[in-house]
Amino acid sequence: MPRPADGSPENPGAHTLFDVQEMELNFGPQHPSTHGVLRLVLKVDGEKILEAKPDVGYLHRGTEKLFETETYPMGIPHTDRMDYVAAATNNHAFCLTIEKLLGVEIPRRAQLIRVILDELQRLSSHLVWLGTSGIDLGAVTPFWYAFREREQILDFFEEYCGARLTLNCMRIGGLPFDLTPGWIERLSEFLDDLPARIDDYEQLLTDNRIWKKRTVGVGVISAEECIEWGLTGPVLRGSGREWDLRRAQPYECYDELDFIVPTRPGGDTYDRYIVRVQEMRQSVRILKQCVAKLGPGEIRGKVPRVIKPPAEEVYASIEAPKGELGFYCVSNGTNRPYRMHCRPPSFINLQALPRLAKGHLISDLVALIGTIDIVLGEVDR
Amino acid sequence: MKVLTPTVLTYLKVVLLVAVVPAIVGFVIVLAERRLMGFMQARLGPNRVGPKGTLQGLADLLKLVTKEDITPSGAEKAVHFLSPVLSVIPALTALALIPFGPTLRLSRTVSTPLYVTDVNVGLLFLLAITSIGVYGIILGGWSSNNKYSLLGGLRSAAQLVSYEVPMGLALVSVLLMTRSLSLVEIVQRQERIHLWFVFPGLVAFFLYFVAGVAETNRNPFDLPEAESELVSGFNTEYSGVKFAFFFLGEYTAMIVISCVAATVFLGGWLRPFPSVKALAFLDVVPPAIWFLIKTGFFLFAYIWFRSTFPRYRFDQLMALGWKWMIPLALVNIVVVASAILATPGRTNGLFALAWIYGGLFLVMALLAKLRRALARRERLAAIPQGARESA
Repeated sequence: MPRPADGSPENPGAHTLFDVQEMELNFGPQHPSTHGVLRLVLKVDGEKILEAKPDVGYLHRGTEKLFETETYPMGIPHTDRMDYVAAATNNHAFCLTIEKLLGVEIPRRAQLIRVILDELQRLSSHLVWLGTSGIDLGAVTPFWYAFREREQILDFFEEYCGARLTLNCMRIGGLPFDLTPGWIERLSEFLDDLPARIDDYEQLLTDNRIWKKRTVGVGVISAEECIEWGLTGPVLRGSGREWDLRRAQPYECYDELDFIVPTRPGGDTYDRYIVRVQEMRQSVRILKQCVAKLGPGEIRGKVPRVIKPPAEEVYASIEAPKGELGFYCVSNGTNRPYRMHCRPPSFINLQALPRLAKGHLISDLVALIGTIDIVLGEVDR
Repeated sequence: MKVLTPTVLTYLKVVLLVAVVPAIVGFVIVLAERRLMGFMQARLGPNRVGPKGTLQGLADLLKLVTKEDITPSGAEKAVHFLSPVLSVIPALTALALIPFGPTLRLSRTVSTPLYVTDVNVGLLFLLAITSIGVYGIILGGWSSNNKYSLLGGLRSAAQLVSYEVPMGLALVSVLLMTRSLSLVEIVQRQERIHLWFVFPGLVAFFLYFVAGVAETNRNPFDLPEAESELVSGFNTEYSGVKFAFFFLGEYTAMIVISCVAATVFLGGWLRPFPSVKALAFLDVVPPAIWFLIKTGFFLFAYIWFRSTFPRYRFDQLMALGWKWMIPLALVNIVVVASAILATPGRTNGLFALAWIYGGLFLVMALLAKLRRALARRERLAAIPQGARESA
């Protein structure tokens, strides 16, 4: 087919000097910076991205269907495998949904420990994000620093529930275990250290000229657009909207805790970076308050042995590290859910990638995949 | 001792250079890089093979040699085979010009200079031969029949060709100071005027080293490789010995850049402040060792950069080269030339220039520090009052 003449209505923006040739580039699923098995089909002109089409599903395991085939408590371990760098928050959202269905009261100690686990998980998830998105842009060292601290957090999880990644650390109505002796003291020591460590990461990145060049003005999205696309979490807050479910619809005991919801006006990759780093500092604050408030008590509410919730429909969501993580449960009165649906923040945030990537260079695409912070286990479920 | 004629000695030095340098690359630099980066990144680095990990290079080499040598289907076979060679040979050739030290006395009658040859167009030849190495990367990327490699090759074509320019221009200002292209003469001139060229040529020095880092595809300019973007770029489709050759080429090029920087700007084999009598005790260290220390400093800087900086983006890299470095290099030539012409026949102008550049450097370093502190303050001020104590 002959190319339409340059400047003609069919081809208005064409160069007149060179022939533009599109190249189709297969980005992933085996690519070091797609953070798992994301595949993007790119149309590029040189290095400029004309179109980016995400192709998801390489890690699909039918998690939502699996929920239907097993009893309610048996669903919890499946949630571990969704966002596998933030298992505790997945457990939490799942349990919260079933608890809402049952109308169970959670003892205060259990609430506080849940918040502690959540915030530790948020820290570790943000540390993974910080390290990997640094590597994507060629900054290797923050990765090792971030993973050093993440390792300590995983040690806390390991001591608490025996697992480091797939935690399975919550139960419907409360928690499986109480804290081990000395756990809280060691946590306090760690929390005293952490702000200085976060300063270290910032020293390497925040005011770094090259880091700023690579992130400022890259992938700008406005708050209105974020809401239209359904983007939540640090992506939305990086665009200036103060929306955090811990504040907007408090669950557990978040309403008693004093923390701020960091926002930035710009909506670019740099602002999302700043927001996440600030959130890490806020998590430290929340954790310190929880440690101070923690008193003795029960760790499990009154839950029947066999869980048979009334035939109802319910949606509950929490602020996971990556955004709003919700479960929608349809119960038919038996011991298994009739339908279980998940609202995964990664999957919904990923929608914005083609919009963000258009017109940027391949190098920016890598930064953008990093900045929306996806985990493919959650995208594909 | 009729055997050791100058010709024989030259051949011996060539063999030594070709055999020893790859060994140094494999064993010392790669290990040093990995251990140093480990140290900078709060980890250990390889420490299992041999005592303290010293044999890691051998293990890496064995692994690469025993690997299957793959030529992708649809590749341009001859070019694909030749490009790794093309990236190594020019780098090794360039080493022949480097003066590692002055004349070394082997016995009463036999003495030899510690360089293979002193070409009177030394610097020019060096620039010419190292720019041939670029073709290895470009052609390697092009011939692999892989889109990522192609993009890597294209990036290197643009990047390496444009950074040749500020590099050459930076060296022009040194030529004005020496009036010679011979590397040996450049060192001797620095001895005669009691001044390392790094001082009057501070700007040229920075331009040269930055361009040198870009020329050798190292962080923060490692765009042709860009592991996280282009999956190793031009060398994606290379395995085994061919990959080892690219690797060797890159590291040898690093050594060449460091050696030239040490020779041209840091006085080559001269000890620090060669004119100050009080520092004469420094002569205990042989000249060749001084040279190695200086070169080692630059190699360390390479490693240091790698663990500190994120990577530039392609368009920003080109903008840096064409909009900043080339104009700066041109201005610098004019400034250096004026300084020389201001005091014809004497070196006072160069000394004055050294003081001016040194002062400017200090002021700019302080300003940068201040700017950073202010940026941090501004950022912290944006955080609400109650949250300040943990931020």
